[in-house]
Amino acid sequence: MKILVLFGHPAYERSNYNKAMLQGIEQLENVTFRDLYEIYPEMDIDRYAEQEILVAHDCIIFHHPMYWYSAPAIFKEWQDLVLTHGWAYGSKGNALKGKCFFNVLTTGAPRIAFNIGEYQNHTVREFLLPYNQMACLCKMLAFPPFVVHGTHLVEEERLQQAHEDYHAVLKLLAADKYDSEKVMKMDYLNELLEGK
Amino acid sequence: MHGDGFFYQAFVYLTAAVVAVPIAKRLGLGSVLGYLLAGIIIGPFVLGLIGEEGQDVMHFAEFGVVMMLFLIGLELQPNLLWRMRSSILGLGGMQVLGTTVIVMGIALMTTDLCWHTSLAIGLTLALSSTAIVLQTLNEKGILKTEGGQNAFSVLLFQDIAVIPILAVLPLLAMEGSDGHHESHLWIDQFSIGVKTFIIISVIVGIVMAGRYLISPVFRQIAKTRLRELFTAAALLLVIGIALLMNQIGLSPALGTFLAGVVLAQSEFRHELESDIEPFKGLLLGLFFIAVGASIDFDLILRNPKLIAILVVGIIAVKFVILFVIGRVFGMKHDSNFMFTFSLAQGGEFAFVLFSFALQNNVMTTDVTNPLIAAVVISMALTPVLMIFNEKLIQPRFGTKEKEEMTADIIEHKKEVIVAGFGRFGSFVGRVLQANGVYATYLDVNPDTVELLRDLGLQVYYGDASRHDLLEAAGAKEAKLLIIAVDEPEKSLQIAKTAQKHFPHLKIFARTTNWFHSFDMMALGIEDFYREYEDSAISLSAGALKELGFRQYQIQKMVKLFRKKDDQMVRHLFHDRQERKVVLRKSRSFFENIEKMMQEEKESFGADKDLGWDASAARAEFAEINRKGEKWENCERKI
Repeated sequence: MKILVLFGHPAYERSNYNKAMLQGIEQLENVTFRDLYEIYPEMDIDRYAEQEILVAHDCIIFHHPMYWYSAPAIFKEWQDLVLTHGWAYGSKGNALKGKCFFNVLTTGAPRIAFNIGEYQNHTVREFLLPYNQMACLCKMLAFPPFVVHGTHLVEEERLQQAHEDYHAVLKLLAADKYDSEKVMKMDYLNELLEGK
Repeated sequence: MHGDGFFYQAFVYLTAAVVAVPIAKRLGLGSVLGYLLAGIIIGPFVLGLIGEEGQDVMHFAEFGVVMMLFLIGLELQPNLLWRMRSSILGLGGMQVLGTTVIVMGIALMTTDLCWHTSLAIGLTLALSSTAIVLQTLNEKGILKTEGGQNAFSVLLFQDIAVIPILAVLPLLAMEGSDGHHESHLWIDQFSIGVKTFIIISVIVGIVMAGRYLISPVFRQIAKTRLRELFTAAALLLVIGIALLMNQIGLSPALGTFLAGVVLAQSEFRHELESDIEPFKGLLLGLFFIAVGASIDFDLILRNPKLIAILVVGIIAVKFVILFVIGRVFGMKHDSNFMFTFSLAQGGEFAFVLFSFALQNNVMTTDVTNPLIAAVVISMALTPVLMIFNEKLIQPRFGTKEKEEMTADIIEHKKEVIVAGFGRFGSFVGRVLQANGVYATYLDVNPDTVELLRDLGLQVYYGDASRHDLLEAAGAKEAKLLIIAVDEPEKSLQIAKTAQKHFPHLKIFARTTNWFHSFDMMALGIEDFYREYEDSAISLSAGALKELGFRQYQIQKMVKLFRKKDDQMVRHLFHDRQERKVVLRKSRSFFENIEKMMQEEKESFGADKDLGWDASAARAEFAEINRKGEKWENCERKI
């Protein structure tokens, strides 16, 4: 299936992990990459252009660092302007129906911190609840997120690992080598790679 | 000596005006009443400073009415005139017809005059005074209200009606007398069919000339940049049309009104308006003085009862008819009273028609003299009646008619004036227009104006540093003046003129360099925009992108640069007197801005954009990550 990666990072210059993960992403087959802050530096989102691109894809990804348990500001603006009633949701809003959606995100803290009683006190899935519901309202399949934890620790092999895992997942999805039912039961989409 | 006589007269008239009008205005009586009183005082009956020549002066000064209608025409776009057609024909037609019939009936019943004379009297008294009514309404600022508009419609119809009335009067000549008025009009030698053809051709000619000929001619004149030449041309235009109209037996006022309407769409509209305006004002003043001076107090004192009955009769009959018609046309009481009080008098056309009727033996002097006296008194009473209405009648109506409601009939007053419509001003204009803000644009270059008008923009020729032109462009009603001219001297001149004459106007200015900006700041104008700032910044942003910077970062840096640079100009203002100090300080400002931007760039995301930068958090948490230790706990709240 055709994948659309909507990427947003206001200080991309200083992001090690995201730079690594995006290395060569534009060369992947069936993957379209759009850097929102680069296209809309003044946040003047072009609703119609965005909608046209969305329709041409089967899987929508929000790729971003986790900022205050959510995505950077431009994603909110994008949602507000692009996902309109009668187009994305509502009785006549079926433009996104049947597509799948998930977040790709990086967090500074390790996975263990995202547990009840731990530092972040909630799981990543809990924090992503608004995105989950956004997908449901737009009649999309809400896939689990692909998460890269512990980005505070910058090490060459970890960067390499993040890049390989991300690309491997994208390739599996693009080539339709996955089982939707199994995917829906996963905690993280990273599990697609388990046992491979 | 003849010359002395002229200067003596001018001295008397001007003194009377200069003394009487300010007093009348101070007393709240309005300028018209002031002129009339001045006329009475210098007239034969009181001081006797002017005698019989007052009549000649009045004929000469009637030209002020012609100019007034030209100016009114300039304010009226043809489509607005078309929208007023029902009130012109309906209200005006009913008023003229109704008054004629009833006045004629009264004359037949109460006097032994024959029906010919009675009809002529009816037709003549049906007319009201355009000069007094429009001047007074305009001065009170109520010309554009519903009542004012309807009064204007009626007056316009009356002006048109004068033409057929003049044609009908000779036919009413009393039997036994040979209606021998010597025909001095060139057109009278032709048969009625040829006459009609000539009249129609002349009117079409005026419309065509106004559309296609006058603008190019004025453009050439404007290119000489000699202001007095333009004024001369404007006067020539009005006088020429008046003469032409006289030759074909039409009312000059009507002809110039028509020319005014045609030129209302021309780029020279505001310039014409401000050039003709002072002449109109002086001539109308002269006219009112002459009317005041011509009141024949001897006649009045000889027949006080008759004159009193006539005056009261004229006013009462016209009042009742106007009031009924106003009601029929659905005017509310407050508008209707204003409409009625303003039009309940005889008009200056009565003088013309009465003397014409005399020539044609329709009436005798026994009839016309008391009537002329009554008409003059009714005219003089009009401002008094309107003050009476304003002070005693209007306060009884709780709901005052709102001016905005019908303000668009004459013209939608614009809130913004843009001075200078070159490359800069036209950009401003396009942005405003794209947002539904329609401004009045002024430019001094006739070629630019022509080009832009060809592109469909409403641009007018004129120098915005002239306060009369700003006023003609609507500076009194406007909220904002945008100065977009490219010469610093001119732009400061405009700003000063506007501040002096229209202190309510907010001023936005384009400035060329620091010192121009300083001058604007010295005038207290903080909203100045440096002309190349935005395009230079945009270009730099483009260049940075080409060099591989991220768009979002560029935007942030560029915004910061702009802010700092603006701050710098405002700081340097305080040292503006010393060029050297400005240069020295600016150099250190430049260095500071550069240094600061460099730091910002290096720490992009680390200072005010701390939230996007992970380095500080990383420093604290990386070690814990490495060891896989448990993070510091915090209690779960939900």
